[in-house]
Formats: sequence, structure tokens, C-alpha cells
Amino acid sequence: MKEVVLKYDGSFKGFLTCIFQAYEQKLKVVEIVPAGEDQQQLFSQTEEVTTEELKALRVLKALQKKTSKNGFTRIKWAFLSEAPGIEMKLYEVIKYVFASKQEVDKDYSHPAVLYITDIAKQVGREKHRMEAFVRFRLTRDDIYFAIIEPDFNVLPIILKHFRSRYADQKWLIYDIRRKFGLYYNLQDTEYVSMELPEDMGISGANPEYFEEGEIYFQKLWKEYFDSTNIKSRVNMRLHVQHVPKRYWKYLSEKSPFA
Amino acid sequence: MDFDRIKEKLSILADAAKYDVSCSSSGSKRKNTNKGLGDSSGMGICHSFTQDGRCISLLKILLTNHCIFDCAYCVTRKSNDIKRAAFKVQEVVDLTISFYRRNYIEGLFLSSGIFKSPDHTMERLIRVAKKLREEENFNGYIHLKSIPGASDELMREAGLYADRLSVNIEIPTKSGLKLLAPDKNHEDFMKPMEKVKNEIIQYKQESKLIKSTPKYAPAGQSTQMIVGATGESDRDIMYSSAFFYKKYNMKRVYYSGYVPVSNDPRLPSLGSAVPMLRENRLYQTDWLMRFYGFDIRELLNNDFQFLDMDIDPKLSWALRNRHLFPVDINRAEKQMILRIPGIGLKSANKIIQARKFRKLTWGHLSRIGIASNRAKYFITCASREMELKDISSEDLKQIILKNSTSKFRKDLSPQLSLF
Repeated sequence: MKEVVLKYDGSFKGFLTCIFQAYEQKLKVVEIVPAGEDQQQLFSQTEEVTTEELKALRVLKALQKKTSKNGFTRIKWAFLSEAPGIEMKLYEVIKYVFASKQEVDKDYSHPAVLYITDIAKQVGREKHRMEAFVRFRLTRDDIYFAIIEPDFNVLPIILKHFRSRYADQKWLIYDIRRKFGLYYNLQDTEYVSMELPEDMGISGANPEYFEEGEIYFQKLWKEYFDSTNIKSRVNMRLHVQHVPKRYWKYLSEKSPFA
Repeated sequence: MDFDRIKEKLSILADAAKYDVSCSSSGSKRKNTNKGLGDSSGMGICHSFTQDGRCISLLKILLTNHCIFDCAYCVTRKSNDIKRAAFKVQEVVDLTISFYRRNYIEGLFLSSGIFKSPDHTMERLIRVAKKLREEENFNGYIHLKSIPGASDELMREAGLYADRLSVNIEIPTKSGLKLLAPDKNHEDFMKPMEKVKNEIIQYKQESKLIKSTPKYAPAGQSTQMIVGATGESDRDIMYSSAFFYKKYNMKRVYYSGYVPVSNDPRLPSLGSAVPMLRENRLYQTDWLMRFYGFDIRELLNNDFQFLDMDIDPKLSWALRNRHLFPVDINRAEKQMILRIPGIGLKSANKIIQARKFRKLTWGHLSRIGIASNRAKYFITCASREMELKDISSEDLKQIILKNSTSKFRKDLSPQLSLF
């Protein structure tokens, strides 16, 4: 059997197409890497995999059949972690899933399963944090706008939450690390890509872009944040544990502008 | 909107509301079906945390801090010389909506000092909730305070707009209440609880027959007790708590370490420490009672009236019941696994799932994430057994304390700190 490195376009469908190819051609896969990233292996041959919807769908269906609902979600979420080498870990789990008669996605004594579970938990935590810490600012064209910079690619999995919550207002959440955003236009959500002006900032309310009253609501919120604190119980260690410093940039209550 | 005026009111009325520790926004089933604003069908979200480490999930304010009562433990008591303010109904509605749209909050927690009469106050609270639901199409979370002494009719109406209702009992015993709030009546607290409980049951039954029955307080009711204001034992507090869970189907009972707010001789003086460690141990006990299958009488009883401060209540119980251990992790039933110190709900579930595939060893267990510094003395697994049978409970406790670090260590140390 020849050793191969598979290169794919970085999408989940692309990854599933790799799995299909690996099984169909009985490949000995030593690495699966997204395009643009260099492979580590010196002595194996590289194959470019073109994403094919139908193949991806077949793997997806088969996986769904052999895993619990949560187990399947964990696989998807772990993929969104973009952790280096996550593809091979997932491949390992998928092979284990397909090779077993019983449902094994809850076999926490299997190292790869446990690894995927932990990574998925981290992604889930980041998802939850984005749902919590995103702060919308109302723009002059009446869009509630937020900039995020999440550790993992969570935009696809926070979509549902924001759509069901903010059904009657236009909103846009933009991931500046991955350079794409999610826009809701009162009917549908769509992925958008754009150049953002430098001085728009992650917090504050530059009047060139934001509605006149916006800064006042940030100030009111900060006032609330300060007033609801019980000074005789201050516990900064616990505070920082709950709101790690790298998230402070999103929060208007921590913003120097408000 | 006059921002400066609103800001001042917000500062006064948020400050007065902060001693109510509940900020939970979970447990409701209100979906956004009308293309309106908000959805509270998922789990609760903490949008921020105060510097004292508590979750900020709701806009928690009083409608007013004018009050006709003079309860010694309360910062808004009539005789206290503080700034007073009152929100207009529309101001609370606007503030809630503007904050919600910016994703600052999950909803509103509205309480109030009692002005004029209980009914008059309750009626105002309901007006805010009704406006939010009917005029603003708001499906976010609303927690309303049930005002002791409000009429049954108003309590029924409140539940139609609110997700959660609560009355704070504040003082765990009747005698304590008599001492600190002589113009309040124990029965006045129980009556709204009873009413809400009965309405919830009735609406639930009706909704089984008629699908379009409106929701009534879908997130149930909760209450709060102040800890350390009067001389109650942990047993008194937790027995009251167990009573509320059972009798009124409470979703939550909160414990709030007393923060001194007055120089009243009946109370701990200003500047005395807030009993935060004790509060923490009470919450742990509460969890053991609600999720780990413990009967409160196992944890606290006549012979054991106060919780250990230096170790958690589960470990404390296990040390008093050594004859039930060690537990074989590969065979024991889930309810017994839940009783092992250092194993929580999540680890217990993982153990139950994982052991279907192979016998678990120490390696598996530590990777699953149990706190083995405590757990290892109480279990056997597929690895070699620990030889600890002859160690007395007191010695075992010392071994465990020596090999673990507690964030509360400094509060426990008998030595005086010099700085």
C-alpha cells in the first residue's frame, strides 16, 4: 500500500471527501492537510482531493447512522477547532466508528475518542462564549454589528442561536481573523466578506459609523455593570476565570470608550 | 430619553437590587415563534461577570427603592438614610429592549421596594412584563418578584407574563424573622408560593388537554435565604431548603452570605466578613441533595449540625461512612458512583459509558478527569488495589488535605496572617 498525504480545500465537505477517497482507494493516509499548509512527511506522495458533494454526503450519512446525535455533533465541532493534525485524529475516530459493530462514540477509554471529545468541548465553550460576549453596536444604517476574533471557527455554529433570538432586527457578526461574516437581513442569513475600515474598532462607537445614541447605551451598561458589583465580595481571580482577559476587548463594560 | 437621569436611577436601583443573588435565565421554554425579539428556550447565558465573580445574565433592578417596611437586614429599609429613586414603567421597558438588542442580557429581573401597598406594587411589576410581552413582542426571560401580601388574582396574572416568580424568604426560621422583620408575617411569604405552585400544576394539566393553554411561569419559582445574619445552624438552613424544594416544587433555593448593611445590634456589625466559604458549602450540599441522590438527613442531622469548612460535604459524608467503600468502579451502580468523593456528574456518566467497552484502570480514570487526589481512596478498579483499609478517617482526611490545595486555604488557616 502506498503512503499518501491528502490535500483538501479546508472545508468539512472536503474533509469528508478525503475520507471517501481513503476508503475507496484503500489508501494508507499519513496526513490530511488543508491547502496552503505545508506537509510534514518527506517520503510520501501528495494527492489533491477535489471536494465532491455526493461523496461527502455518503460519508456523512454513514457516520450519522453509526453515531449518536451528540457523538456526530462532537465530530463536526472538533473539525471546526482547526487544530493542527485534527484531521488525522478524526480519521482515526471515524475508522474506529466504521470498524465497530456497536456505537463507540462514547467510548471514553479510547484515546482518540477522548481527544475529540475534549477538543469538541473547547469548541463548544468558545461557541458559548461568543453567544455570551458578542456585543452588538447599532450602526447608522440600522444594523446591529459586532466584530469577533474567536479561537475557533464558530461562526457556522452560532448562526442558529442568533437567528432565532434576533429575528426582528438586522445584524452582522464579522470574524476578523477568518475574514468572513454572517449577515441577517430580516429574511435569511448569508455569509459575507468585506473590507472593514480600520477605525471602526472592536468597541467604542465612532459616530462616523454608529448611531448617535449608541455610545449612551454602552455607558448605561457600564454603569449597570459597576453598580451591580458587591464590593465587599470582590474576587478578581474568579472574575478573570469567568471572563478571561482575551475576551475583554469585546465587552463594552470593559471598554475605555464607555 | 434623558440619559443622565436614567443613568442615575440605574445606578441607585441596580445597587439596591444586587443583594438578590439569583440571576439565572434557564429553564424556560419560551420560543421565538412570532418573529419577534428574543428566545429563551435554550440554556441560560451569562453575558458578563461582576468583579465579585457572579454571573450577569439579567438586567436586575428594583422598580423603586421606596419601601414601607423596615426589615433590619435590608438595605432599602424605611429607616435607612439613602438616596431613593423610581423608574417609570416605560423606562424599564425601553432599557430592557435596548440592552437585549445589543446582546448584553437575557432578560429582565424586576423586583421592588413595597410602596403604598403590596397590590399596588405587584400591579406595577406586572404592567412592565405585560408591556414587554404584548407591545414589544419580547420572548426573552422575565423574572418577577412576587410581593408578599399581593392578591391571588395578581399572582395569577404575573405568571402569565413571567418566566420565573420568586419570593425571598430571607430568614430561614420563624423566630429569626420575628426578630429582624417584626412587621412581616411568615404566612405572607408562603401564600404566594402556594398560589404559584398550584397555578403551575393546574396550567400543566390543562395544557395536556388543550394545546393552546398559555404558559404559566415556565421556569418555575425560586427563593433565597440569607446566611449568617441570625444564628441558624447549617442543618436549620438546609432543612428549610429541603422543605421548599419538596413543598413548593422550587426550581432553586439561593443562599446569600449576609453582607452587613446596618449597625443594628441584632445583626453582624458593619465590616464583618461575608461568610462566603459557608455559602459555598451550602451550595455544594444543595447540589448533593438535588443531583446526587442524597437525602438531606444523611448530610446534616442532630449529631452533625454544621458542615465541615475544610472539606467538601461529600468527602465529609464519605469519611463518616467508610463501611460503604471502596466502590468497584467497573461494577457499581451509578447512584453509588455518584457518591464517591471527587467524582462529579459528568465523570460519572463518562465512567458508565466507557466501562461498557473495557475494564477501566487508573489511567482511564484520570484521563476521564476525576479528582483522583480524593477519589483514589474510595475506589477499586482494574489496576492494583490501594492498601488503605487500616487508615482511620481522621488520618485519611489529613492525607487528603495535605495532598490538595484549596482556594479557601487562607480562610481556614488557624495562623494569623501578618500582612
